[in-house]
Amino acid sequence: MSYATGLRCRKCGQEYPLQPIRVCDFCLSPVEVNYDYKAMADMLSRQKIAEGPFTMWRYRDLLPVAGGEEIDIGTGFTPLLKADNLGRELGLDELYIKNDCLNPTYSFKDRAVSVAVTKAREFGFDTVACASTGNLAASVAAHAAKANMKAYVFVPANVEPGKLVGVAVYKPNLVTVEGSYDDVNRLCAELAQRYNWGFININLRPYYAEGSKTLGFEVAEQLGWRAPDCVVAPAASGLLFTRIWKGLQELSMLRLIEPVNTHMYLTQATGSSPIVHAFEAGSLHVHPMTPNTLVTSIAIGNPADGYDALMIARQSGGGASSATDEEAIGGMKLLAQTEGIFAEAAGGVVIAGLKKLAADGAIKRDRLTVACITGAGPRTQEVVSDVVRPFHVQPNLESFREVLGVEV
Amino acid sequence: MAKRQVMFTFPREMIKEPIIYHLSHKFEVVTNIRRADVSEDRGWVVLELEGADKEIEAGVAWVKEKGVRVDPIVGDVVEG
Ligand SMILES: Cc1ncc(COP(=O)(O)O)c(C=O)c1O
Ligand SMILES: [Zn+2]
Repeated sequence: MSYATGLRCRKCGQEYPLQPIRVCDFCLSPVEVNYDYKAMADMLSRQKIAEGPFTMWRYRDLLPVAGGEEIDIGTGFTPLLKADNLGRELGLDELYIKNDCLNPTYSFKDRAVSVAVTKAREFGFDTVACASTGNLAASVAAHAAKANMKAYVFVPANVEPGKLVGVAVYKPNLVTVEGSYDDVNRLCAELAQRYNWGFININLRPYYAEGSKTLGFEVAEQLGWRAPDCVVAPAASGLLFTRIWKGLQELSMLRLIEPVNTHMYLTQATGSSPIVHAFEAGSLHVHPMTPNTLVTSIAIGNPADGYDALMIARQSGGGASSATDEEAIGGMKLLAQTEGIFAEAAGGVVIAGLKKLAADGAIKRDRLTVACITGAGPRTQEVVSDVVRPFHVQPNLESFREVLGVEV
Repeated sequence: MAKRQVMFTFPREMIKEPIIYHLSHKFEVVTNIRRADVSEDRGWVVLELEGADKEIEAGVAWVKEKGVRVDPIVGDVVEG
């Protein structure tokens, strides 16, 4: 059964039934799922959750899905690792990495999409769709395959064909769209209005969003049912960031953890950092910008949940930090070379952002800090191709000794 | 008739211009404002435009030409 009671506008409070809608009819702000927390609290316990499957679906009671079977390809319950090497490097004694590279399609998007596609089927859609340059596209295509649903995936025509292998392999209807990034945005917004599809990040967005909460749930459970002191996470649309927070708040409301006093820090690539700008300017509004960064997975200039992400960073006593492309690449390498985790550039932004926050003293040495690494490196490995500088030897010992300078 | 929900962002020098008034007079577009704010350096308006596709298209193009940024209110749809 589901404890979800309806949708509510995050700005004006207007309520709606649990339907596929994208924004509040009145003020055009995002809507979110509301629950009957009282009934949920009576029924949920740490033990009940711990007895569930070792996937995100152990938190099923906290998700807005009804009785049907979930569309699950094995997402979630990813490792939370103590990162002592990296911590030493950054001056942090209690640093943990939440490694969401280890999801079925290699990013945290599987969490959100698993809920959205489950919901799409519940609503009776036979087709799901999304617009993406990589991670979301792969996840939607994979879940559609598992659900036996049709999928349309829209991609800007200038995305390198090589990047699309990890999408096309699941055989969605892959559509490359000519024109600027804005043109693709506009076409998709229009298609979503005209076609009766489950558009993952448009009319299914309220449900999609809830899936991301499971990252927050897992962190708390894996720490032995406590919220961290600090969380550092990337923000594109800002959705994940807001839902990690919501996840922690819900656990505390359900008395599964103590009241939350977590400082939430968001990180963006400098070339696409409208939320960081707003934070630094003390503004109440996130002004859109045109992205220009090689960290394409988080290159969103007009973030749908930017306002809420901004408020959470501020009200939690956290912050916002950006990293240049160069710093992001440095972050990727540092993470790989200290902890053995090959993240994509968004992870590099998180590590570079964390590095600054630690150096500035914003995050103190003894704070239990969780850095969320949300996507794996191989899909966009060309951004660090300069690391390949092998020693070249002839097939004999002498050559080896000479080139590497290693004595027997 | 079509509807399009958009956010206009006005640079400082455009804040005093009656752009929305002109938009609804130059084109057959009904403008319906839902939220708005103006600060020292910029202003923004979230509104719904209603009219024939072609009129909305032309109206939005004109607004952009004036130097106002136009974004869909659902935010960027193309994600990573
Ligand atoms: C790897 C990775 N990290 C973070 C994000 C940010 O997600 P959100 O749009 O929820 O802020 C994305 C997607 O856009 C992503 O692909
Ligand atoms: Zn509203």
